[in-house]
Amino acid sequence: MRILFALIAGALFGAGLFLSGMTDTRKVQGWLDVFGNWDPTLAFVMGGAILPMVLAWQLTRGRQPLAGGQFPTPPEPRLGHRLVVGSVLFGMGWGLSGLCPGPSIASIGFGGIGGLVFLASMLIGMFAAPKLAETLDRTVQPA
Amino acid sequence: MQTDWIMGLIGGVLIGLGGLVYLLGNGRIMGASGIIGGLVDGTGRSTAAERLTFLAAVALTPMVLIALSDTKAAATYLTSNWLVIIASGLLVGIGTRIGNGCTSGHGVCGISRLSLRGIVATVFYILAGGLTVALFRHALGVI
Repeated sequence: MRILFALIAGALFGAGLFLSGMTDTRKVQGWLDVFGNWDPTLAFVMGGAILPMVLAWQLTRGRQPLAGGQFPTPPEPRLGHRLVVGSVLFGMGWGLSGLCPGPSIASIGFGGIGGLVFLASMLIGMFAAPKLAETLDRTVQPA
Repeated sequence: MQTDWIMGLIGGVLIGLGGLVYLLGNGRIMGASGIIGGLVDGTGRSTAAERLTFLAAVALTPMVLIALSDTKAAATYLTSNWLVIIASGLLVGIGTRIGNGCTSGHGVCGISRLSLRGIVATVFYILAGGLTVALFRHALGVI
């Protein structure tokens, strides 16, 4: 059951990323390029994606996931330095290439060797991240 | 241009429906960096099968859509600068894991439940992405 839901969700996510143009780095960088030829497409994608998710969160109330288990706990209100530093680093990488994790997977089949190099670099970064996060903690709050 | 916005909205709704299925079905937040990262650092080993199924569906669905359509092959139009690709991949991998989310997790799933963390993360990665494009495209001319 969990596998089936993952398959359906992945298919919808992959189709959505591709059809919306989010696997085209020109459109993503175009959205970030407020000083250039600004492309508003990404805002429509975000807005379109948030609509079903607002409904989804409403439907979690008083229910359990269909495949059992529990829904995620309410979001932690604390922000913290990891959230800010991590998001800034992510934003810089996102701006440089116009790729983020979802589209890097959705474009595996047609992104060429460059896409695979991006993916490999991203996986290495993810592997190194826990250690780097600890170093960051020590820098911000020395023991 | 208008077609791009409409396709963006349609694709966005599909992305949101994917998140809805993942949440209401499996009780999980559909965040691409979290789903990939859990496989890389081992924290998601117990749910590896559904993570891999999800990612396979994300990668394969665009290929199926390309095969079904008679349009020319899709492309990401990724930069050919290897240094930029590698730096971008590392930053995206490190940043999304330290910040615990990317465009799908913080952006789509977080904002839709009015999570302060999701909103703050999204503000920071968009600002960082915008500044990066401004600097590297308009000031340095690298991307």
